[in-house]
Amino acid sequence: MSAAMNTDTNLQTNVTNVTKGAIRIEDVVKVYDPDGAAVMAVDHCSIDIPGGEICMIVGPSGCGKTTLLNAIAGFHGITSGEIYLDNELLCGPGKMQAEPGSDRIVVFQNGALFPWKSNLENVVFGPMMEGKLSKTVIYDKAIKMMADAGLGGTEHSFPGEVSSGLRRRVEIVRALMLEPKVLLFDEPYRALDSLTKSVMHEALLDIYYKNKVTIFFITHDLEEAIFLGHRLIIMSSRPCKPKKIVEVDIPHPRDYSVLTSPRFRELMEEAKGVVNEEAKKAFEAGEKEG
Amino acid sequence: MNITKLKDKVFSRAFFRGVIAISIFLIIWEVGARFESWYGYRVPWIGLIPAPSAVFESWGGLIGDPSYWMSWQMSFMRVLGGFFAAMILGIPFGLFMAVNRTFHDTAFPTFEILRPIPPLAWVPASIIFWPTAELSIAFVTFLGAFYTIVINVLGGAKSINKQYLQAAQSMGASQWDIFRRVVLPATLPSIVVGSAVGMGITWEVVVAAEMISGGGGSGGAGGGLGFFIWNSYVGGSYEQIVVGMISIGIAGYFSSEMLRNLGGFLTPWLKTR
Repeated sequence: MSAAMNTDTNLQTNVTNVTKGAIRIEDVVKVYDPDGAAVMAVDHCSIDIPGGEICMIVGPSGCGKTTLLNAIAGFHGITSGEIYLDNELLCGPGKMQAEPGSDRIVVFQNGALFPWKSNLENVVFGPMMEGKLSKTVIYDKAIKMMADAGLGGTEHSFPGEVSSGLRRRVEIVRALMLEPKVLLFDEPYRALDSLTKSVMHEALLDIYYKNKVTIFFITHDLEEAIFLGHRLIIMSSRPCKPKKIVEVDIPHPRDYSVLTSPRFRELMEEAKGVVNEEAKKAFEAGEKEG
Repeated sequence: MNITKLKDKVFSRAFFRGVIAISIFLIIWEVGARFESWYGYRVPWIGLIPAPSAVFESWGGLIGDPSYWMSWQMSFMRVLGGFFAAMILGIPFGLFMAVNRTFHDTAFPTFEILRPIPPLAWVPASIIFWPTAELSIAFVTFLGAFYTIVINVLGGAKSINKQYLQAAQSMGASQWDIFRRVVLPATLPSIVVGSAVGMGITWEVVVAAEMISGGGGSGGAGGGLGFFIWNSYVGGSYEQIVVGMISIGIAGYFSSEMLRNLGGFLTPWLKTR
């Protein structure tokens, strides 16, 4: 923990002054009770994420990380506890399920671009649904944002016609169009090969530096977690609960040279022991993908 | 389709294989059918069927006969009538069952009990129900397509990736928008498949229904292709039976091809896979 302690000052320079998008998870419990056999997915979990932080949630498969993400997104409710976004109650006593809203957008594990819409039509979907801006304004903004993200020329292709890496980028741009306070990533790069993945990591940071939002990022890839995150929250195997917090004191902006730096290796070592222990526990408990 | 593409298609290996296969089939058929008159031995099965040359000759005589084309028209109208009625009722019915739990629980058991009943088993009941033979035939063809379309639409709409719905929801789409912009397009491929299968069943059913019901009142001329075959059988014109059969094959092929093209036009994103 000593490494985490003396990096507090560093962290301040890492996270720029973003005042929006702070998430506070307080003592959240989620029990699944499908046929009487109560399964505890999340166990008295408390996490505090300041606005504009890239917070990496690391844990073994099926430990209940996604449950936490779904609770923030409002896709399902919690059993007890509270979740706040900028000190406003998302869910808690009296209202166990949050309303899904455009201030918290999920980028899904397998991608959820609509295959029947062109990339551009996908990107404008959110603002068009909101109906606050005129069609021309929305389309102009979408084309500009796509160009910024290196997606120029793919506007009129269907998602199925471009590579999986580009698809993910389209999906992130689609999410950012709504100017959310929080982006929720559910292992978005899991299905990509490692080369595409490294390109995607830099692309994500690039997009992040231009649009500072809070990022709640679930992964079980430790290298990805340390490369991207301001902070790693390593979860225990089911039920899911923060086990160790690792502050990543490598300054942003980062690029791929970071991967070979000694500090990166040190942090890898520090986190690896804890993650392996939990993975082993999860394996022994016979946990399946979930 | 431009000329070079057409050329490529006509001179492709697949096209030649098709031509060769059909030629061999026709030669075996011709020889088999003529064997008795040439060598005095009747080839079993094939020997009983009129030779393709005789069939084409008889067909040539029918090309100028308006009542033959009338049969085409009658069958096509019944098929399309029943088919479109099945689409108009079946697609909303299937979609509504998929999105509304109460409606699903109420309607599905009855639907599932009626579904296994073959459309042809409805023929006597439908003759009693409906005032004219025409309506009874249309009703039976409707049933042939209806169940298939409903079951496909229901299955398609129920298996929509949940993440599409969640994504739309978190981007602020209303229930109606989710239905119109997510559920409907996501179900479209299943609607196309259901329609194609339903169209095939409609042709099977219409022919049998025409044979049984005597082809709708107005005698031979208004009877449709099924009645055309039956009438040829009763009249002892075996060549015409085969002409009728091949006509149905061609009609069914055109219907499917039309539907495939329409389906491709409605679901352009599937071509990219």
